[in-house]
Amino acid sequence: MLSFIGRSVIQKIVTLFFVSIVSFLIIHMAPGKPSQVDPLNPKFTPEMVERFRKEFHLDKPLYTQYFYFYHDLFTGKTVSWKDNQPVLAKIFERFLNSLPLFIVGTILTWTLSFPVGIRSALHRGGLYDRSATFFSYLFISIPGFFFAYILIIFVVNSFHVPVIGMETFGLESLSWQRMFMDRIWHLLIPSILGATGGIAVLSRYVRSQMLEVEGQDYVRTAKAKGLTAEQVHYKHALRNALLPFVTMFGLILPGLIGGSVIIESIFSWPGMGRMAYEAILARDYPIILTVNFISAVLVLGGTFVSDLLYMVVDPRIRL
Amino acid sequence: MLSVKDLKVYFQVDGGFSRAVDGVSFEIQDGETVCLVGESGCGKSVSALTIMGILPQPPGKIIGGTIFFKGQDLLLMKEEEMQKVRGNHIAMVFQEPMTSLNPVFTIGDQIEEAIRIHERIDEAEMRKRSIQALKDVGMPSPEQRINDYPHQLSGGQRQRVMIAMALACNPDLVIADEPTTALDVTVQAQILNLFKDLQQKRRMSLLYITHDLGVVAKIADQIYVMYAGIILEKGAARDIFYNPCHPYTRALLASLPSRSKRGSKLYSIPGSVPDPAHTPKGCPFHPRCSFALESCTSQFPGMSDWGNGHFSRCPVIYDKEAGKGGN
Repeated sequence: MLSFIGRSVIQKIVTLFFVSIVSFLIIHMAPGKPSQVDPLNPKFTPEMVERFRKEFHLDKPLYTQYFYFYHDLFTGKTVSWKDNQPVLAKIFERFLNSLPLFIVGTILTWTLSFPVGIRSALHRGGLYDRSATFFSYLFISIPGFFFAYILIIFVVNSFHVPVIGMETFGLESLSWQRMFMDRIWHLLIPSILGATGGIAVLSRYVRSQMLEVEGQDYVRTAKAKGLTAEQVHYKHALRNALLPFVTMFGLILPGLIGGSVIIESIFSWPGMGRMAYEAILARDYPIILTVNFISAVLVLGGTFVSDLLYMVVDPRIRL
Repeated sequence: MLSVKDLKVYFQVDGGFSRAVDGVSFEIQDGETVCLVGESGCGKSVSALTIMGILPQPPGKIIGGTIFFKGQDLLLMKEEEMQKVRGNHIAMVFQEPMTSLNPVFTIGDQIEEAIRIHERIDEAEMRKRSIQALKDVGMPSPEQRINDYPHQLSGGQRQRVMIAMALACNPDLVIADEPTTALDVTVQAQILNLFKDLQQKRRMSLLYITHDLGVVAKIADQIYVMYAGIILEKGAARDIFYNPCHPYTRALLASLPSRSKRGSKLYSIPGSVPDPAHTPKGCPFHPRCSFALESCTSQFPGMSDWGNGHFSRCPVIYDKEAGKGGN
C-alpha cells in the first residue's frame, strides 16, 4: 500500500516533468509570437518589440526560457505579459468565478444520471427506456451554443429574468436576499446547460453498466436466495455497476480548472475557460502554461485518487 | 413433495418461438434424489429456473403446466410469496461457482444474507450459523475463511460456499444445476460425495441436473432422461442403467467411456441435438435413432409402461442378445 503510494507519486512527478516540457514546446512552436500580436498597432515600434522580448527573456534560447518560466512559477512570481498582473492571483480569481458553475453542474450531472440510467436498464426496451435513449442522443448531438440560445430565448421570454453574466449590473443597493436570488438565476441556466450533455452521456454509460451487471451469475444467485427485487437490483447489482464510476469520479477533478469556453463565452461568464481562451488569442504564454500545468497536476492527482478509491471499493484490487 | 405436470416453457426467438420445455412432468418424493439427465440445451436448466421462479421473462414464457410444491402451485404464487419459498424451502446451487458469488461481498456476508432474509435471529447467532454452515460443507478453517472474498477461494471452495449458502436455511428441496461441471475431476468427486452426505444427513430432497451419467450412477434414486424439452424415459436408477428402454438412453449409456471398451473407438450418437425452434415432427429423436420405424416420423408414441414405475416414450422392444429392435 505505502509502496504503491510512493511509487505512484514518483511516477507522476516524472510524468509531470515531461508534460511540462512538451506543453512548453508546443506553445512556443505554435504560430504567432507574443511580441507581434498586434502588428498594426502604431505603438508597436521595432524598439518596443525588442524591449518586450528582452524583458520577458524571449531573446534567450528555449531551454533558458523554460528554466525562467518554471523558476518563476514555483516561486510564485509569474506575471501575465498582457497586464503584468501576477498569474496565480488572476487564475484564483477566475477559478472562484468558475467554481459555482462547476459545482452545480457536477452535482446535477451525477445526481440525475444515475436514476435515469438505472431506471432505463431495469425497464429495458420499455417506453421510459426508449424515450430516455431518444433524449440522450438528442442532447448529445445538439450543439451546445445552439441549445444555449434556445434556452436563453425561452427563459428570457417566459420568465423575464436576466441570464447573461454573473449578476445583474446595478443591483448593489438591493437587499442581500435579492442579490442572492439574482446570482442563483444567473447560475442556473449555464449550469443546466453544462449538465445536460453530461447527463446524456453519463446516463447512457450507467445504463450499459447496469445491464451488464444484471446479466451476471451472482445476480441470479441473489434472486435464488429469495431477495426482493429491490435488494437484488440496488444491493447486489448496483454495488458492482458502480465500480467503474469511481474511476470517472477522480477524473472530474481536472474539470475544476478547465471551465467551459463555449458556455462562459455565451453567458459572458468571467471564468477560467474564457480566461484561457483569451490568453491563447493574446499569446499570453505565462497564463496558458500555468493553466496547462495546473490541469496536468489535477489530471495526475485525479488518477491517483481514482486508484486509491478503487482499492477501497473493489476487494479484488489490493496493491 | 414436488410435482411438475406438463410444464411448457417457450422462448421468443426471431420470427417465432423455441420450445425449450415442451410438456415435462416429474415428481420428487421426500428425501429422494432425482436426476434430470440430458444433453446441453435439452431444457434441464430452464425447468430448474422455472421451478425457482427466476426464469428471465421475456424472452422466456411459461405456456402451461403446474408445479405443485407441498400442495401449492408455485406458478400461481405472487412474487412476494415466492420470495419466501426461494432460498427458504427450495434452494439452488448453480453451475458456475467462479461467477455465481458476488465479488464485492465477503462469503460470510453472503451466507448470512441468505439466513437474514428468512429468519429473525441476532447477529452473533447468525455468525455462528454461517460458520457452522461452512463447517458442514467441509470448508477448512471456516472462522477465518468467513471474512474472505470470493476471489480468494478456489473453484471447489466457492462451490462449497454456494452449497453452504443454499443449505443455510435448511431447505426441503435443493436444486443442483450441474454443480460439478466446471470443476476438476478430483474436486467433482468431493463435491458429489458432499451432496450425497448432506442429503442423507438432512433427509432433504435433491433435484440433480446433469449430463454426466457417471455422476448419475453415484447418487440417483430416480432418473428422468430429457431430450429436446421432453422426458423420453423415466424410472428407478437401477432400471435405467441395467434395462434402458429408450434408444436415446441406450445411446447415452453406450457413449460413456469405460475400461472394457478400451482401445475401440468411442461411440457417439450420429447427428446433433435438434434446434428447439425446429424440432422434427413425430418423435424428436427419430432422425438420430437406429431403431426408428416409419410411424416415428409422423407420430410421437406415448409412454410405454415397463413395470415398476419404469416408462419410456418408445414402443420398440429391445432384444439385448440380438442387439436389435422388434415390435
